[in-house]
Amino acid sequence: MLDIQNISKIFNPGTVNEKVALNGLSLKVEDGDFITVVGSNGAGKSTLFNAISGVFLADSGKIILDGENITFQPDYVRSRYIGRMFQDPLKGTAPHMTIEENLALAYLRAEKNSNPFSRITRKEKELFRERLKMLDMGLEDRMNTPVGTLSGGQRQALTLLMATLVPPKILLLDEHTAALDPQAAEKIMNLTREITEKNHTTCLMVTHNLKQAVSIGNRTLMMAGGDIVVDLKGKERDGLTIQDLMNLFKEHAGKEFDNDRILLSE
Amino acid sequence: MLHIVQTALSLGCIYSLVALALFLSYRVLDIADLTTDGCFVLGMAVSVSSAAAGHPIMGLFLAILAGGCAGIVTALLQTRLGVPSIIAGIITNTGLYTINLMAMGWSSNVSLIKQETIFTMFRNTGIGGSWYAIILAAAISFFCMFIMREFLKTRLGLSIRATGDNRDMVSASSINPKFMITVGLFMSNCFTGLSGAIAGQLQKSADINAGTGIVVIGLATLIIGETVINGRKSISRNILACLVGNIIYRFIYAIVLQTRIIPIEGLKLMTAIIVAAAIAAPYVRTSLEIQKRARRELRDDA
Repeated sequence: MLDIQNISKIFNPGTVNEKVALNGLSLKVEDGDFITVVGSNGAGKSTLFNAISGVFLADSGKIILDGENITFQPDYVRSRYIGRMFQDPLKGTAPHMTIEENLALAYLRAEKNSNPFSRITRKEKELFRERLKMLDMGLEDRMNTPVGTLSGGQRQALTLLMATLVPPKILLLDEHTAALDPQAAEKIMNLTREITEKNHTTCLMVTHNLKQAVSIGNRTLMMAGGDIVVDLKGKERDGLTIQDLMNLFKEHAGKEFDNDRILLSE
Repeated sequence: MLHIVQTALSLGCIYSLVALALFLSYRVLDIADLTTDGCFVLGMAVSVSSAAAGHPIMGLFLAILAGGCAGIVTALLQTRLGVPSIIAGIITNTGLYTINLMAMGWSSNVSLIKQETIFTMFRNTGIGGSWYAIILAAAISFFCMFIMREFLKTRLGLSIRATGDNRDMVSASSINPKFMITVGLFMSNCFTGLSGAIAGQLQKSADINAGTGIVVIGLATLIIGETVINGRKSISRNILACLVGNIIYRFIYAIVLQTRIIPIEGLKLMTAIIVAAAIAAPYVRTSLEIQKRARRELRDDA
């Protein structure tokens, strides 16, 4: 269980550019939850994810994962159990290294004490090939291709596979399908569901697609001004429509939500 | 003539280790490591002083270690103390001047007169006749290239490569980029130190100023090699490019020295121009193409 207690983050404090990105936010995430997060730009969604994954230290507050206080752990330590994907498909992979080498790096999270001078074993190659087949993109036959030559959709699929190769305790998805064409986005979304359901991975997903926000997962959070303003789960969330969510938005986030990146399409 | 060829080949092999070090720091890790100049002299000073005391082989290992330590200092400055990487290299380099003088017993020059070096020891085995120096230098160079190639395939090597390729992704894979930079700079400076060590024992002397411009020459040779054998295509090719570029450079050097087409004092300037031109070439090519296309298409429209 992830327990976020009263975290705050202020950028550029004491200057004209001061920005309260997180304002005493608290959140409890149960194991196996799939939470969708919505909110206008600047609501603090990405800042929340950065705080959880350890990219920066929150100014105050605690982050506790499965009883362990991880507030001060650096990001590379947390990445053992917190997986993350970004909107930009270029962020998650090393372009000049092959598919196989990228997967091998992601697989480093698996073995705590593996010999640093050992190479990729045949058994691992077989495992990578098998997992790549799941993507159904023919990547299993291109294991020695540099990742830089793949399309955005393929790279994002590979990133998803890397983030879940060793199932993390928590997977953070920051608009991970937003930069892809509709077909690729759907494919990645289906893969995300498939993989997280199989592993019962706890998942937080930022999306600007309100249809996704109400149809995927079991809980929806709405953020505004660096805090959670609406938290829907269980019965409240069942039968929630896009219109309901829009109305909630107008009520809580006011004009802030007036922005063209919100997709209303069916 | 034969002597020129031999000198060019052996120097090419020895200095290829500097290019190999820069390949690791500049190409793989994407860090401009300016420790190189001082580190080269450090290796030279340690190795020649050791040989002067009667321990030429031990001198090589000490030089490798000393070089590695210099690399660690630079790495710690940038990863633990927040000094920008180029400044970190310059700081270490400056400090090394004193350390190097100390390693040479507070003198700016140390010469070996009758003491053994690895080269005289190898010559005494009788292998290779007059080619002994090249054989020994080439053997060491190939061994180092092999080590580098195999190392980059290991988990540690992959992690270092990823650190230079996409740092965001590295921390997301539970790899500590700071540690990888430290390991990478340690290794690359081990190679630089070794290069200085062998060069010192070959010429039987160490000089406090022997390292001036080594980093630029190293980059030039790396780029020349990469251009000639299309070295950016694969890791193995890129490693081989270090040697190819160095041998070409040393032949150019020898020809200039022999024919005096340009005065020998002008060689550093020529080297600087080669490096600038080689690094700028892709950029200039692209902008020239755009200009050409713009001129043509705008004319057609008119």
